[in-house]
Amino acid sequence: MTERIESGRKHTMSVLVENKPGVLSRVTALFSRRGFNIDSLAVGETEQPGISRITIVVDAAELPLEQVTKQLNKLINVLKIVELEPTGSVQRQLLLVKVRADSVTRSQVVEAANLFRAKVVDVTPDTVTIEATGSSGKIEAFLQVIEPFGIAELAQSGLVGLGRGAKSMTSMARSRAA
Amino acid sequence: MNSSDKLAIPRPPGKRPGPSTLTGAQALVRSLEELDVEVVFGIPGGAILPAYDPLFDSTRVRHVLVRHEQGAGHAATGYAQATGRVGVCMATSGPGATNLVTPLADAYMDSVPIVAITGQVASAMIGTDAFQEADIHGVTMPVTKHGYLVTDVADIPRVLAEAFHIASTGRPGPVLVDIPKDLLQASAPFNWPPRLELPGYRPTTQPHGKQIRQANELLAKARRPVLYVGGGVLKAHACDELKQLAEASGAPVVTTLMARGAFPDSHELHVGMPGMHGTVSAVYALQRSDLIVALGARFDDRVTGQIDSFAPDAKVVHVDIDPAEIGKNRHADVPIVGDAKAAIAQLAAGYDANAPRSRMDQWWSDINDLRARYPLGYEKHSDGTLAPQQVIERIGKIAGGDTIYVTGVGQHQMWASQFIGYDKPYSFLNSGGLGTMGYAVPAAMGAKFGKPDTVVWAIDGDGCFQMTNQELATCALEGIPVKVAIINNGNLGMVRQWQTLFYSKRYSNTELGTHNRVPDFVKLAEALGCVGLRCETEADIDATIEKAMAINDRPVVVDFIVGADAMVWPMVPAGVSNDQILAARDVRPIFDEDEC
Repeated sequence: MTERIESGRKHTMSVLVENKPGVLSRVTALFSRRGFNIDSLAVGETEQPGISRITIVVDAAELPLEQVTKQLNKLINVLKIVELEPTGSVQRQLLLVKVRADSVTRSQVVEAANLFRAKVVDVTPDTVTIEATGSSGKIEAFLQVIEPFGIAELAQSGLVGLGRGAKSMTSMARSRAA
Repeated sequence: MNSSDKLAIPRPPGKRPGPSTLTGAQALVRSLEELDVEVVFGIPGGAILPAYDPLFDSTRVRHVLVRHEQGAGHAATGYAQATGRVGVCMATSGPGATNLVTPLADAYMDSVPIVAITGQVASAMIGTDAFQEADIHGVTMPVTKHGYLVTDVADIPRVLAEAFHIASTGRPGPVLVDIPKDLLQASAPFNWPPRLELPGYRPTTQPHGKQIRQANELLAKARRPVLYVGGGVLKAHACDELKQLAEASGAPVVTTLMARGAFPDSHELHVGMPGMHGTVSAVYALQRSDLIVALGARFDDRVTGQIDSFAPDAKVVHVDIDPAEIGKNRHADVPIVGDAKAAIAQLAAGYDANAPRSRMDQWWSDINDLRARYPLGYEKHSDGTLAPQQVIERIGKIAGGDTIYVTGVGQHQMWASQFIGYDKPYSFLNSGGLGTMGYAVPAAMGAKFGKPDTVVWAIDGDGCFQMTNQELATCALEGIPVKVAIINNGNLGMVRQWQTLFYSKRYSNTELGTHNRVPDFVKLAEALGCVGLRCETEADIDATIEKAMAINDRPVVVDFIVGADAMVWPMVPAGVSNDQILAARDVRPIFDEDEC
């Protein structure tokens, strides 16, 4: 299985599941059992009561990805799986970062945040805490810009995403279930 | 215990249940009755105790008190494999539940429908490291098809109905139902049948017509086709359809360890079992094929050998009810997701009867040549010790084709597959995927319970037998007269064979001392309430087997003292190409490239 790991590009999978105890464990356990690495994971409720969406970013080549999708589909509580293609979807993650900033550098840090349309959410004499949302690429670029000021601490959410256009994955899952 | 004693048993606290209101424990037993469960193999303990009270009164569900939970799990598996019904086992929380892990993993690997019901500590105690608490739902996640931790007493009937549905449909498999003790004692209205809530479970059973046509086009043109039959054909009850397809196409058939009996061994189209210890002709038929039609088989490493060099010229038609099996190990040119019975019936019906059989003449001539040159065989030992193969062969001959044979894991398992002819489905049960030593005795018990009128022979090793023989006490007391042949070579035979071949005969920790009568299996059998027999000479083989055949009121154990040095041949050493098959030691039939 080792050759399967980190052998492809990143894929974002949107997985609709029944909101029941143990579902997240089942999904994540399946990834580790079958030898796949999860890059990021985000879980939340959807507009449908009882249905949650798990967004998983996984690093895998095409063929192993097909296998993991099939294995996920076998889980009883999994309702639907869609791979979110970068061009056909909107994908965002949230970053909170505490940057070292004194009276001299603070304005530069705030300017950098503004350029990335990020928000200052907390200030102390020595630090500025910034909230940024965006694609993984944007978050990475922003971090590169502020990194020279000194990052005291950061927290990132997993990626979440929705397909572009009018179609809804939850309604498709609901109609199949009915 | 008389009825007045029973009345003295304290009832669970709370409101006295009305006619349609049942305690969780009563709902559990009622649900099992509604699901037509005839037997539960299990052991009570603290957390599951409430369930055993109504179970005591049930006239429809019989409980068989086993001696170890592993025995309960394998008995449920043996019962399911012999009858095609869902097997049920029950255990208490903590160690009772963890003892079920091995049989659950075993049933998962071999796709056997069983439901395991476990008691759990009371809801409020979960997570506190309470006495006999184990997160069995979490522990068993990777080795079950599905699992439940029940959180509401009202859910018990629905959860059980769903568990049975999931276990027995699609690709069958084990399901765990973990019920906290307080829910067994609480009450809720009982409604049957419950509404199943499984929006994410929709197994594809109907194969796609286009794919069936494509498969048939390939099959009608193939010059070197082979039908590669796996356990899924037995699970789907598709043996009649398989025979039709084989006879319509005239293609050679190989049956895997999990599919022995799915196609008659005596049929001229059957060329043997493939794999690590398969026949030379069956290994060749796959390896040199130009079209493999895989039917409910999963290209297991014991069949393919080194996967990269497996059947290099073959296109693959892969029929499986589990989409994840298709393309997992070997690319499928024509994937067919669906029930094997439907798919094989459609393949047989759609096969072009005008396709000339002569295209396969060379293929059959090559296979028949290998069949003639490398038949399965064995040599009797010059030192006068019994040949284990001969013992097994004689059991097969004397007990006959209407018997169910159940094996453990190791050399005796391979010999039982090789030297007994299987012409009927469900007549050979073993642990194929997980390779669970200790499977034979409890699985034979389950099979015999399910098929009381059929003779059941467990063919076991002296190593395997010592793992689970305590269930013979269960068999003796519950009136389940199985027969056990211990192929006693004094060693962990298969491991010893590898040490002989690959570790310079350095026999590290494989001698069991069973040739020194520790334990004395005859005395052990008698101590467990069975008849114990022993056979040490060739002249006694038939008479001993016949004596065992004549005893039907008690379990019988026969200690066959066999030579330690017999080996399983043919053999494809682990991790190499199937081309490297050894028909016997130092005998390598080179598959001539020019032949095909």
